[in-house]
Amino acid sequence: MAQLCLCLVLVGITAYAVLGGADFGGGFWDLMAGGAERGGRVRGMVQRSMSPVWEANHVWLIFVLVMVWTAFPVAFGSLFSTLAIPLFLAAIGIIFRGTAFALRGHAATIREARVIGATFALSSVLVPFFLGAAIGGIASGRVPVGNVAGDPVSSWLNPTSVLIGVLAVLTGAYLAAVFLAGDSVAAEQPDLARAFRARALGAGVVTGVVALGGLFVLRSDARALFDGLTSGGGLVAVLVSGLAGAATLGLVATERYGFARWSSALAVAAITAGWALAQSPYVLPPRLTLDQAAASNTTLTTLVIGLAIGAIALVPSLVYLYRLVLQGRLQHEFEPLDQRFRPISPAGNVEGEGSP
Amino acid sequence: MADAALLTLAAERVTGALGGAGGPDAIIARRMQALSLAVHIPIVCFGIAFPAMFLFVEGLYLRTGDLTYKALAKRWSKVALTIFAVGVVTGTILSFEFGLLWPNFMATFGDVFGVGFALEGVSFFIEAIFIAIYVYGWDRLSRRTHFLTGIPVIITGFTGSFWVLGVNAWMNDPVGFKVVNGRVVDPQPYRALLAPNLGHELTHMYLAGYIVAGFLVAGVYAAARLRGRRDLYHRTGLVVALSFAAFASAAQGLVGDWAGRRVADSQPVKLAAFEGLGRTQKGAPFTIGGIYDAKKGETKYGIHVPRMLSILAHHDPNATVTGLDSVPAADRPPVNVVRFAFQAMAAIGTLLALIGLWFVATFLRFGRLPRSPWFYRAVIAAGPLALVALIAGWIATEVGRQPWIVYRVMRTAQAVTKSTGLGVGFAFLVVVYVGLGAAVVWLLRRLASQPPQTEVAAGAAPGGVRQAAG
Repeated sequence: MAQLCLCLVLVGITAYAVLGGADFGGGFWDLMAGGAERGGRVRGMVQRSMSPVWEANHVWLIFVLVMVWTAFPVAFGSLFSTLAIPLFLAAIGIIFRGTAFALRGHAATIREARVIGATFALSSVLVPFFLGAAIGGIASGRVPVGNVAGDPVSSWLNPTSVLIGVLAVLTGAYLAAVFLAGDSVAAEQPDLARAFRARALGAGVVTGVVALGGLFVLRSDARALFDGLTSGGGLVAVLVSGLAGAATLGLVATERYGFARWSSALAVAAITAGWALAQSPYVLPPRLTLDQAAASNTTLTTLVIGLAIGAIALVPSLVYLYRLVLQGRLQHEFEPLDQRFRPISPAGNVEGEGSP
Repeated sequence: MADAALLTLAAERVTGALGGAGGPDAIIARRMQALSLAVHIPIVCFGIAFPAMFLFVEGLYLRTGDLTYKALAKRWSKVALTIFAVGVVTGTILSFEFGLLWPNFMATFGDVFGVGFALEGVSFFIEAIFIAIYVYGWDRLSRRTHFLTGIPVIITGFTGSFWVLGVNAWMNDPVGFKVVNGRVVDPQPYRALLAPNLGHELTHMYLAGYIVAGFLVAGVYAAARLRGRRDLYHRTGLVVALSFAAFASAAQGLVGDWAGRRVADSQPVKLAAFEGLGRTQKGAPFTIGGIYDAKKGETKYGIHVPRMLSILAHHDPNATVTGLDSVPAADRPPVNVVRFAFQAMAAIGTLLALIGLWFVATFLRFGRLPRSPWFYRAVIAAGPLALVALIAGWIATEVGRQPWIVYRVMRTAQAVTKSTGLGVGFAFLVVVYVGLGAAVVWLLRRLASQPPQTEVAAGAAPGGVRQAAG
């Protein structure tokens, strides 16, 4: 039962890393898009892709938190107290990101849109970094059991944490570029599709290089994790992840974005599984094992049954949402983000405006 | 409730799964948590009530075909989505804070109440999915399908509240676990989540959602009416929002009585704090206003109504009501804060019910809206007042639970993180929330300043696209 719950947590982390990560990556490209006019089209595409789904994507994070505190309460209390700083900063970043994204569509002037957009984009980069840094703290065995039993600073400001934080940002950017290229094709914007294709290839190569180089960082900073990732199941997972990442590059290069979505998701799922295998049987290495961390069987059973019942309603809903989105049946037309602020627009009216 | 004496004894023995005493900053942690809740709860009110309101208006559109209703429903749903988005992030902060501020509470009791949040997460997930489909599906889905996609939003608004309040009810009246040698064992989540307090807490909060959202929305249209906007669009906005608020605030009076009696049974010390009742007595008086003097153990300067508290708490003028002196001073909440919050909530609630009554009585008697501008001024004031009552109510119940985080089982001071520098985090959070508040006010003003959209009938334009008129 404990293993089943751990798997559910890993599924949640993977879903959040892929879907939420891509949303953060959208923010990354928004940040890198250049001036208001030059970047207007890229930003418009990010806005179009994210609008209907980002809230649902974000819920995966909540799912992970709730699963961990119910199924592994001692681990949750320990890691949240020791890693309070990066998690608090991530939470603040989440406030800024979500609010700025929600408000952005209502900006009336290009200046307002710039300020709100910059807040959105900057926080989109900071959140995955801090969450990645927190994971680095766990994976490198810096979070002992107890109420702030670990070092509040070096637990997340260390080579492994910085590496995983940077990788989280890059992976998000990679995923986002792959997804956005596909969405641009669907929105019939071939120039944007090309632009995102180039970004996807660039980000993919950079992510791959950093990940490979990162192995050396892990070898010197987190030997146990390194050993886990380079032997047995961990090694298999790392290889699968690497192959899936490389396959995604090939699929993107040949403009087969539909398959690229799945292979990029597989790359993330594999590395998440690899992390779990590498630190198995520990939840908080080097001491707290899965069995010690797990809640009672009654709780775990109730949790799994409850979620299974919930899934009966949830899964069809989720399928329905993504089907509507991918079929283009929800209203999310492409509009360059700066268009509303251009001096002359054909209709002279912003979408949704008009006086009776 | 289980035997109180046993639980008091147990309290001395629960040490918490992370071991050791808590950190020194429990009061700052409580303020941080309170601030975050005070920001999140008003947003939740809109999540509870707004979907029912816009779906009702869409129903009017489907029945009459009048496009004014469609324009209003669409506008409201877009506002709801934006508020929902802000709620997504403020809710996330709360779940982070559970771990950041109260690690020992989570580590000790996560396996008892956590399932509630898991199920709340499922509700919330479905809510996020369908509110997005609903708002982005205007004019894209068939009219019937579109209407139907709104229904899960209402249902999940309810189930979400159900699970969260299940946890809160459990904190106030904990059941579903045993304490053995200072450790919490044998958790039974399904029992814990159907804590006896759930019924009244859920009903009370659910109605509060309709009162707060109803009056705040009605206030916008009341202000418009004072400026001479009397068209169907603005009148519908006013009447629908006000009707929800009026019925909810009338019903809230009955729930208040129910809640009061439940609290008297399960948390007598909290009730004593609400009422400033120093010593246990038969035929206890009800005291309006005044200040509780902890040294003398009595409430001074208030208006005493003899035997009234016994009647309210137990429906019996001679009933014994437990006073604050039933527990040691260290186990009492800060009486005046709790008492003031409770009385503010009750007074405002009464006032809101009267405003609702004014509306309903005029409507039933004359078949029209009240004419007096004072009515509309009152409605404008009612929204912010309802917010104050909402927060005051939560202060009353949460501060009234102190010094316990899990009533009579675990002390708040023991649950708190040992992190230092909470003050810095608190200051930071205040700045962030002030910014957030400013942003939301900015947005609502921006939305309110936009003229309503002109809808064109499906078929009149390709795909029923909106068309700018005028």
